[in-house]
Amino acid sequence: MKNELKGKVHRFGDNISTDLICPGKYFHLRSNIPELAKHTLEDADKDFIKKMEPGDFVVAAENFGCGSSREHAPIIIKESGVSAILAKSFARIFFRNAINIGLPVMECDTDNLSEGDELLIKPAEGLIKNITSGEEIKAAPLMAEMLDILNAGGLKEYVMKNK
Amino acid sequence: MEQNITEKIISAHAGKDVRAGDVVFVDVDWALVQDGTGPLTMDVINEMDKGVDMPSKKCIFLDHASPSSKFELSDSHNKLRENADKYGMDLNEVGYGICHQVMAEEKVSPGQLVVGADSHTCTAGAFGAFASGFGSTDIAVAMATGQIWIKVPSAIKVELTGKFTGTASAKDFILYLIGKLSAMGATYKTLEFTGEGVRNLSMESRLTICNMVIEAGAKNGIMEADDKTAEYIKHERPQQKKDYKIYKSDAGAEYEKELTINLSEITPQAALPHSVDNVKPVSEIDKKIDIDQAFIGTCTGGRMEDLRAAAEVVKGRKIKKGVRLIVTPASARIYKRAMKEGLLEIFMSAGAVIGTPGCGPCVGIQGGILGTGEKCVSTANRNFKGRMGCSDSYIYLASPATVAASALEGNITAAGEEK
Ligand code: SF4
Repeated sequence: MKNELKGKVHRFGDNISTDLICPGKYFHLRSNIPELAKHTLEDADKDFIKKMEPGDFVVAAENFGCGSSREHAPIIIKESGVSAILAKSFARIFFRNAINIGLPVMECDTDNLSEGDELLIKPAEGLIKNITSGEEIKAAPLMAEMLDILNAGGLKEYVMKNK
Repeated sequence: MEQNITEKIISAHAGKDVRAGDVVFVDVDWALVQDGTGPLTMDVINEMDKGVDMPSKKCIFLDHASPSSKFELSDSHNKLRENADKYGMDLNEVGYGICHQVMAEEKVSPGQLVVGADSHTCTAGAFGAFASGFGSTDIAVAMATGQIWIKVPSAIKVELTGKFTGTASAKDFILYLIGKLSAMGATYKTLEFTGEGVRNLSMESRLTICNMVIEAGAKNGIMEADDKTAEYIKHERPQQKKDYKIYKSDAGAEYEKELTINLSEITPQAALPHSVDNVKPVSEIDKKIDIDQAFIGTCTGGRMEDLRAAAEVVKGRKIKKGVRLIVTPASARIYKRAMKEGLLEIFMSAGAVIGTPGCGPCVGIQGGILGTGEKCVSTANRNFKGRMGCSDSYIYLASPATVAASALEGNITAAGEEK
């Protein structure tokens, strides 16, 4: 995991479900991640992929990633170039899946983060600096086990290293 | 140390006493994947190159695209078949049934620990087992090593009293509870259902309730096993020995929150688009909601009890012209029983279509995908935007009796209210 991440905010609201992130109608593309990733978050914001630049952040409110266990949801967010997801709260399975595939997820107060804001993030320390507004936010600390997994690059890599 | 049932089962599988908040590795009794999550699990297992020879039992279900509707999905099925052979996994073919229903019919016992790459794995909590959904990589690790790590959840106790009256059923209760708790009201937590109200519920109703705890964000739902659990297992698996362990919560176990609900006060409920906690009593939906499709099926609402309740409503009648009624039994076993009991005949005579056992249109892959602007009332567990295959469509969740009555009327109507 990188020590510092820099990018722009793409803003979403409450209850962004895995169906909005990775719609069931593209179920057949699950074995073709680059193709599937072209539809990332399509049903929540159809222009997301067009606006997205590598390194940017997905920022949401409560219960991000609710619904199904499809790991493809965080996988395509990562594949599309997003470097971290910030939300007030996450659905349990999504949160775990994101860590397992090596995508930083941070639980923090996102109320003052607006579309287009530029952020500098130190995921391991849970620090978020809003360069646009000058404000600093602290994220809930990750469990040590999760940091280890993120640092290894994901659960698979972690298990392979420690077997 | 006083523990609740979930803490006890996790302790037994961790080899040490745990409490809410502890992070532990546990031994897994069952690990499952389905055709949407399984291919990725197999990739991870193959890349880790650890033989899959641990004692947990590993099951693959070809249920979401059942039968396959696209060549890519057929290819995924073949990949799963090959890996099942390679690793000696139990493969459940297309048409055999939805994973959670087959787990209930054939596999899960009280006291076990069940993990699955499907969010509704929590269904098996109805057996007094710990059961929870995870992603593909977690399950790959569980399959390859026989273990998974979990954080022991804190618990909410839901004490049930009384029994259902009229046409109210398990689905109405769980929708009511999710409306009360909200879609994130139980995130990371256990929902433990206790009390004489649970004892009054059939096993099928218990499965429906535990199935939907994830809709309130819960990690697992659980109900202590009793005589009904034992009877169900005996009925579905006459060969199985009664050597499973039944765990009960200690009197002094800790709960973060406790609520009591009287089942006799539950009335028909519906969740309106596009979120499962947008729940209202059917009687309070102010204006008539015309529907294009009514769907009875899924791991929530496609069991015998559901089909019987719906058949009773449509028996001898015809569905409204212009409405499609799709009935998809949750498993092949249910399909056969429904055929024998004459339920399929009743549905078909009323104008319904019978789908292949499996998920059907629930997740928008096959068997009844909605069109632009269409509305569907469904016995499924999710109504997220786009869920049934079209982002411009509307899903209403309700009980099998309500869905059946709505198919007759052409708009959302509780059973008994139809003309
Ligand atoms: S029936 Fe629906 S909710 Fe149940 S496992 Fe299948 S897709 Fe998931």
